[in-house]
Amino acid sequence: MRFIKYLLVGIFFGILMAKSEAFSWYRIQEMFRFQSFHMYGIIGTAVVLGVIGTLIIKKFKINDTDGEKITFNPKEKGFYRYFLGGSIFGLGWALGGACPGPMVVSVGYGVLSMLVVFFFSIVGTYLYGEVRDRLPH
Amino acid sequence: MWEFLINPWPWWFSGAAISVTMFALILFGRSFGFSSNLRTICAIASRRKVKFFDFDWKKETWNLVFLVGAVIGGYIANTYMNQGEAVQISQATIQDLAALGFGDPSTSASGVQPDELFAWEHVLTLRGFLILAVAGLLVGFGTRYAGGCTSGHAISGLSDLQIPSLIAVIGFFTGGLIMTHLLYPLIF
Repeated sequence: MRFIKYLLVGIFFGILMAKSEAFSWYRIQEMFRFQSFHMYGIIGTAVVLGVIGTLIIKKFKINDTDGEKITFNPKEKGFYRYFLGGSIFGLGWALGGACPGPMVVSVGYGVLSMLVVFFFSIVGTYLYGEVRDRLPH
Repeated sequence: MWEFLINPWPWWFSGAAISVTMFALILFGRSFGFSSNLRTICAIASRRKVKFFDFDWKKETWNLVFLVGAVIGGYIANTYMNQGEAVQISQATIQDLAALGFGDPSTSASGVQPDELFAWEHVLTLRGFLILAVAGLLVGFGTRYAGGCTSGHAISGLSDLQIPSLIAVIGFFTGGLIMTHLLYPLIF
């Protein structure tokens, strides 16, 4: 039962990815071709509201629903892992037209062949775990 | 209200809804980062044989439940909130994609993903299968290398003004632009 709230937020997220069309390969292509404001508007709005909300949580030291103080973990410093890893991710994002969340939303939407992309994204993560120590971070 | 919700959502509403998702998870004491699930699934499957996957994955169960919810959400959107319209992309994009051999969204069975990539008759060819497999491998490898995906870096990280997340997002676009403008003409 304590997990039901995550199921509900997940359902909300799935509906939103579908109805915003952000899970569509066509929208991702349009974005990378700079031919519509749609995706930039979505991400921009989410980030602007996100920055404001995060500042409010920090300033007023808001607690979570368990009464614990909300903390934000700063990302480790670095350049290579973020730029190289990000670029590899971007190549795949543009090719399949989906990042991990939208992949599973697509499957629920009925595009079952997206399971192939999702399965291989798990394989890709596994490969990273295997070669991690040999990569610049 | 329902009429508004079953039509394609405008960008400002969609963006606000993403913020609601992120803050709901933050208020529950968690964080918004979808691709952590890939690592969790590897941890479950590998039984901790690889160091990177040797962690207490049970603490991440909530995120797997979120993943299941996302699948259900996609089902609900298609079954109960679908007007049967294909994605309305710009005319310029339709023309660019046509030059690569892709029909406009209304020609695809789902209206949201192109049949040229996702119809089984293409998926079950060596070429079609490799394209999807490579896309998945790049996403899965890249997101763990970069320590996050669109939700973890572009939304959560930028909201917390994290420089590493900005570098990652610049990487996302570097890779995406290379794929779209340099590699698509070679692949398709």
